Amino acid sequence: MKALLIAEYRDGKLLGGNNELMAFAEKIGAESTMFLVGNESALPAYSGKLYLADGNECGEYNPSVHKDLILKVVEKEQPELVVFSHSSYGWDLAPRVAYAMQAAQVSEVVDVVDSMPVVPVCNAKLRRNVKVTTAKAVYTLQAGAFSAAEEPTGTPEVEKLNKDSEGKIVFEGYEEAEKGGVDLSKSEVIVSAGRGVGKPENIEMVAALAEALKGDYGASRPVVDAEWVEHNRQVGTTGQTVSPKLYVACGVSGAIQHLAGMKKSEFVVAINTDKDAPIGEVADVLVVADLKQFVPALTEKVKSL
Amino acid sequence: MKILVCIKQVPDMESKFKVNSENTWYDSGDLAWRMNEYDEYAVEQAVQLKEQQGDADLTVLCIGPDRVKETMKKALAMGCDRGAHLQDDESHKREPLEIASIIAEYARDKEFDVVFTGMQSQDRGSGQVGVLLGEILDMSCVTTVIEFGFEAGEIKVKRELEGGVKAKVKTTTPAVLTCQLGLNTPRYPTLPNIMKAKKKELLSSPAADLLKVDSRQNTQTMYFPEKKGVGLVLEGEIADLTDELIKILKEKTGVLA
Ligand SMILES: Cc1cc2nc3c(=O)[nH]c(=O)nc-3n(C[C@H](O)[C@H](O)[C@H](O)COP(=O)(O)OP(=O)(O)OC[C@H]3O[C@@H](n4cnc5c(N)ncnc54)[C@H](O)[C@@H]3O)c2cc1C
Repeated sequence: MKALLIAEYRDGKLLGGNNELMAFAEKIGAESTMFLVGNESALPAYSGKLYLADGNECGEYNPSVHKDLILKVVEKEQPELVVFSHSSYGWDLAPRVAYAMQAAQVSEVVDVVDSMPVVPVCNAKLRRNVKVTTAKAVYTLQAGAFSAAEEPTGTPEVEKLNKDSEGKIVFEGYEEAEKGGVDLSKSEVIVSAGRGVGKPENIEMVAALAEALKGDYGASRPVVDAEWVEHNRQVGTTGQTVSPKLYVACGVSGAIQHLAGMKKSEFVVAINTDKDAPIGEVADVLVVADLKQFVPALTEKVKSL
Repeated sequence: MKILVCIKQVPDMESKFKVNSENTWYDSGDLAWRMNEYDEYAVEQAVQLKEQQGDADLTVLCIGPDRVKETMKKALAMGCDRGAHLQDDESHKREPLEIASIIAEYARDKEFDVVFTGMQSQDRGSGQVGVLLGEILDMSCVTTVIEFGFEAGEIKVKRELEGGVKAKVKTTTPAVLTCQLGLNTPRYPTLPNIMKAKKKELLSSPAADLLKVDSRQNTQTMYFPEKKGVGLVLEGEIADLTDELIKILKEKTGVLA
């Protein structure tokens, strides 16, 4: 089995998912080559062949330019599998490459069982094994699902590629995340409000528990999107990555993008009315209760200690 | 301007799921159905664009069994002009390429300038349909749109990347945009608009007539993941629960010391 691994580079830096692509290839016992639009001065640690297109020449991500470059490598290497990270780069580019290759595309692979990719369904409450019926396939891998025991080493053997197409989409620059306000990455205790809080007035009770525990309050994305809480308190892939001693998730279901931001917490308590909520997978204690009753009651008791 | 918004009906994610008898999908009985969350942002953006343009025509499209018409009525009440229901009792089995191909065949000769979809569905979660639609119809496609603007024939959007970083990109019509959570604030349909929506066109036709590709993948088995969580589950009276939790926090963490 031959796999082509699509590494990622943005704004002058290699991105983190590349090691997971290598771990995946190793796990399935595939022979791999790698593709990168990047820079020779920042090559991934990899002992294999790397097809490199120059990031300065190609510019920042442009779907059709990157697709055409990958297709050139596919033509040459004839891989059975093309593997991306399930990231804003991977989920944008993988279907385009798959369509051109007339290959099946399987999104957000978390495991491989009996040569079949396994993917989550319904916020990870269910899983399914996927039967691919084409000779070639394109996968995107869920972040964190395949990790290497050790940091990869080695220097790739580089073969350069030149771009020979222009895209219809024009990149006009990056906008950095807003800075300032509370820095949750330093908090020792975080109490987070999820959509289960129901209404903006209830943020108050979550904040009160955080205060009683001498910590800060955070939130899941829907609570931030609804503007009940400011963005710098959002925990997750598109917010903060936190590692407190205690993380209390109130009415948070535990979507993968939220878990990615808080799974390094030392101790996790979840308060949820749904006993099957996926947050239970990472919680040390799952309290099955209505947070509107439980949170104020807990705050009172903590205060009286 | 002609606008298309593609939506999906999904179960409430807090439902108690069961696997169907073939072990290939979740059982559709006893579920509460709603509009896919990402698609609510797509509908809202489509309606806002129509309002900005004035003379635009906005179609909402949905593939699925008859029950999806309830969800389509919400989109009509939010401001879509007409509904195209592509009837398909087997839609849950269709892989993203089949869904994209059905939409593409529907849209092919209709000259839509802008197509909105959600960036992914909450149940299947593949995030492929919008991109594949763009590829099939050779329209440019921008995914994970978190800010949208249209001016003088040019689409200017922001794509959401990891860690809160955004990429500013522009493109021209015709284009497909896949919408991310937080793109806008989806409106609630008002009672007068719900009444008006009842009179709007909502035509059903068989999706099978538009299906021009073979599937490239299917579900071998669906199942519940093995519970890895070794955590403790506490249930009972609130007063007991708070005492139990405080005891655990004292024993296991330093925070109440
Ligand atoms: C590209 C991308 C990036 C994303 N980035 C992030 C991110 O950075 N951070 C993030 O959080 N999400 C992110 N998301 C969104 C994520 O997928 C989920 O939609 C989101 O985390 C869900 O938030 P939630 O758990 O608060 O809401 P829901 O999933 O709606 O869960 C609400 C929970 O509250 C429980 N509940 C309801 N009522 C009560 C009650 N009275 N008492 C107790 N419990 C109750 C329910 O059982 C449920 O489990 C991202 C999504 C995408 C596609």
